[in-house]
Amino acid sequence: MARLNVNGAVRDCQAEDDTPLLWVLREQLGLTGSKYGCGVAQCGACTVHIDGVPTRSCVRPLASVDANQKIITIEGLSRDGSHPVQKAWAALDVPQCGFCQSGMIMAAVALLKDKPKPTDADIDEAMTNICRCGTYNRIRAAIKVVANGGDTKSAALAIQHADGSVA
Amino acid sequence: MNIAHLPRGIVAALAEAPATEVSRRNFLRASVAAGGGLMVAFNVPMMGEAVAQQGAGVEVQAWVVVHPDDRVVIRIARSEMGQGTLTGLAQMVVEELDADWARVTTEYPTPGQNLARNRVWGNFGTGGSQGIRQSNDYVRRGGATARMLLVQAAADAWGVPAADCRAASSVITHVPTGRTTTYGKVAAAAAKLPAPTTVALKDPKDWRLVGKRMARLDTVDKTTGKQVYGMDLVLPGMLNAAIKDCPVFGGKIRSIDAAAIEKRPGVRKVVRVGETAVAVVADTWWRAKSALDALPIVWDEGPHAKASSEAFAKVLKEGLDAPQAVVGNQNGDARAAIAAAARKIEAVYSYPHQNHATMEPMNATARYTPGRCEVWCPTQNGEAALAATAEASGLPAAKCDVYKQLLGGGFGRRGQSDYVRQAVLIAKEMPGIPVKLIWSREEDMLHGMFHPVTQCKMTAGLDAQGNITGVHMRISGQSILASVAPQAIRDGRDPVVFQGLNASGPEAAIGYSFPNLLIDHAMRNPHVPAGFWRGVNLNQNAIYLESFIDELAHATRQDPLALRRKLMANHPKHLAVLNAVAQRVGWDQPAPAGVFRGLAQTMGFGSYVAACAEVSVNKDGHLKIHRIVAATDCGYAVNPQQIEAQVEGSFVYGLSAALYGECTVQDGRMVQENFHTYPVMKIDEMPKVETVIVASGGFWGGVGEPTIAVAAPAVLNAIFAATGKRIRDLPLKHHNLAAA
Repeated sequence: MARLNVNGAVRDCQAEDDTPLLWVLREQLGLTGSKYGCGVAQCGACTVHIDGVPTRSCVRPLASVDANQKIITIEGLSRDGSHPVQKAWAALDVPQCGFCQSGMIMAAVALLKDKPKPTDADIDEAMTNICRCGTYNRIRAAIKVVANGGDTKSAALAIQHADGSVA
Repeated sequence: MNIAHLPRGIVAALAEAPATEVSRRNFLRASVAAGGGLMVAFNVPMMGEAVAQQGAGVEVQAWVVVHPDDRVVIRIARSEMGQGTLTGLAQMVVEELDADWARVTTEYPTPGQNLARNRVWGNFGTGGSQGIRQSNDYVRRGGATARMLLVQAAADAWGVPAADCRAASSVITHVPTGRTTTYGKVAAAAAKLPAPTTVALKDPKDWRLVGKRMARLDTVDKTTGKQVYGMDLVLPGMLNAAIKDCPVFGGKIRSIDAAAIEKRPGVRKVVRVGETAVAVVADTWWRAKSALDALPIVWDEGPHAKASSEAFAKVLKEGLDAPQAVVGNQNGDARAAIAAAARKIEAVYSYPHQNHATMEPMNATARYTPGRCEVWCPTQNGEAALAATAEASGLPAAKCDVYKQLLGGGFGRRGQSDYVRQAVLIAKEMPGIPVKLIWSREEDMLHGMFHPVTQCKMTAGLDAQGNITGVHMRISGQSILASVAPQAIRDGRDPVVFQGLNASGPEAAIGYSFPNLLIDHAMRNPHVPAGFWRGVNLNQNAIYLESFIDELAHATRQDPLALRRKLMANHPKHLAVLNAVAQRVGWDQPAPAGVFRGLAQTMGFGSYVAACAEVSVNKDGHLKIHRIVAATDCGYAVNPQQIEAQVEGSFVYGLSAALYGECTVQDGRMVQENFHTYPVMKIDEMPKVETVIVASGGFWGGVGEPTIAVAAPAVLNAIFAATGKRIRDLPLKHHNLAAA
């Protein structure tokens, strides 16, 4: 029996020590927002925060995480999608298929915490996740929107939302 | 559970199901305590969820369900895989329905319901960028029909002529008196009325929703982790399966030692899947995969155990000059013109195998009982998945159904149902127990339906003044249809091979006129299965033709744009997008210092596209793609911001392929097994993309694919401008661009 601190709650789980954290989250704790894309820390779809550090959970053995370390998954970022990064993502219609976006958002949140006004080079360095649909430019735009305090109009995409707002 | 609004097909299916079946569906909505005191939420999107959660709605028309509180649910037959079709198709229906867009949601009917209702929703196939261009007419008619029925119902209730009533934003107004009612209030009455015999569609100039930059309907859940993909599905009592198919195509299992892993924790069963594959079923996927990795398997590698890309390249090379070939397009006598020419230009190109590499590896969940087989899966072709389910289960299709899950990428790969068949065969070994099959990334890379491999010899004859007198384009290589639909091949002809090169037609016509032209194909098929890979054959055809046009411009000392304009005089729509690109990029002005430009244009999937790439290559040979300007004429532009997203995405897909994409066969199997050996473009390499939408109207063209084809040739032509190096074999990673 292992004990994990996930999204602010202590959770018990049963899995072999070498089970990757990703699969414990997905299969033991029902947190399927973190995705399996490669299993070898290449694509970043499994990115979660461990004590604030963006971590590729697909190669992180369960035994290497203890109950004192605080794990945050996409589900724990906000109760209702209201984290500024999530709001920017929604306003700019960033996702296409969306499968990589949990990991992208977790990587972006960590970047913006570290560097609230990231340069393009900062974004290039921090955002090493893979997207096959090709949302990179909107990801970059959404990160800049957050850095601009949530001014979605600065992205100039003129997207018309159902509530009448224009991003 | 209120099932009043459900299509008859599912009502019948539910009626046939035992009582526990219905209660099971409700049960799935709840969170239940699972082993170890953990709370596990079951989340099973399927038809009927809207009903269970939202109360009664009424099917006014097959595409339109209206709830008493005026919420509107639009049925979508095509699959959402990121391309935005849920939103685009809903815009089309709601445009004619005149419903309140803020209260619109969507749902998938199932392929089983479509079958039971005489295919009322038409084709479920989602490929070839055809979602909007092939169904726009009938989904708009569905919306218009529903609006007419709703208005008629209101008019009947008021005892007034329908002609005196008008509808807007789900409100019906009797114009002479100003009385109003809403769609929700008259939906039940409308559903009982006979459908009108004539349905008129709006004039495009009157569109209010189509053509607008509407936000997608499916975004928010993708930002919170709430969106359930096929891989995320959890059913009560579900087990998980991992699979290995013989890594050598055409091979099979010789022996396995199941006893070696059967006692591992969580393992329930080792299942042979046909002659070629073995699956391990366990309580969790990680345990299934770990056990499978430990399973001793001896393969019979079959007749292709020694096959290699290198050997096959020789077969393709032979095809370049083979006397026999199938003609795809010709005018005049190109061979004679070239033979008599003052000067001959020749170039040979090649394009490798590539994997789709969707972010979500293949997966499907199946539940089999002797009386019914159900599958939950991400698929681009729900009806093909249903057929595969029926075939693999041995049950009639009427006793099967497929619940489509959102796709974590498709790109053509999920038009095939191989993984569905596997899941059903595994579930059949464990009746009554739902089994979720997930492919590892390695399995996904080894068992793709690969981009076809081809070579091409381009030959042109020039007269003494440098005018082109004849062009011969010989394509040698793999046919996709030979792999996925061999019955469609007649006399060695695969018509899809000539995508973008046809003499005429609304789908994919060549944009140049030559006095003498011959385009032919020598089919050479390796043992590697080929599939439709986003952009399909347009990808390599545009690289071959557009690179060669640039080579001709260089050889005759002409500006690449000027030569194209000359050759495209009779192809005004092709030329218009090229001109739009040239204007936006400022072709008549020099590029920034150290930056070089390349052009490309083509037509495919019913749309005209062109691009200009601006690149630089430093002294170490490092390529940087700074900016892309791309133009698309798709006729009518349904949602411009989504077209821009598709165009940008096309460059990621097309440039990933050009820079890195290669699957190499060695010893009969694919060498590349994951993203470290099959790299793709990341954000740091992504250029700025400026999209010019040239909506010339009058036709409906596809958007998801055509632009991919101009990504590589525009960059290759820019690299030539920058370095003088003509890259004729992809991927670029093999080439040193540094100055010699």
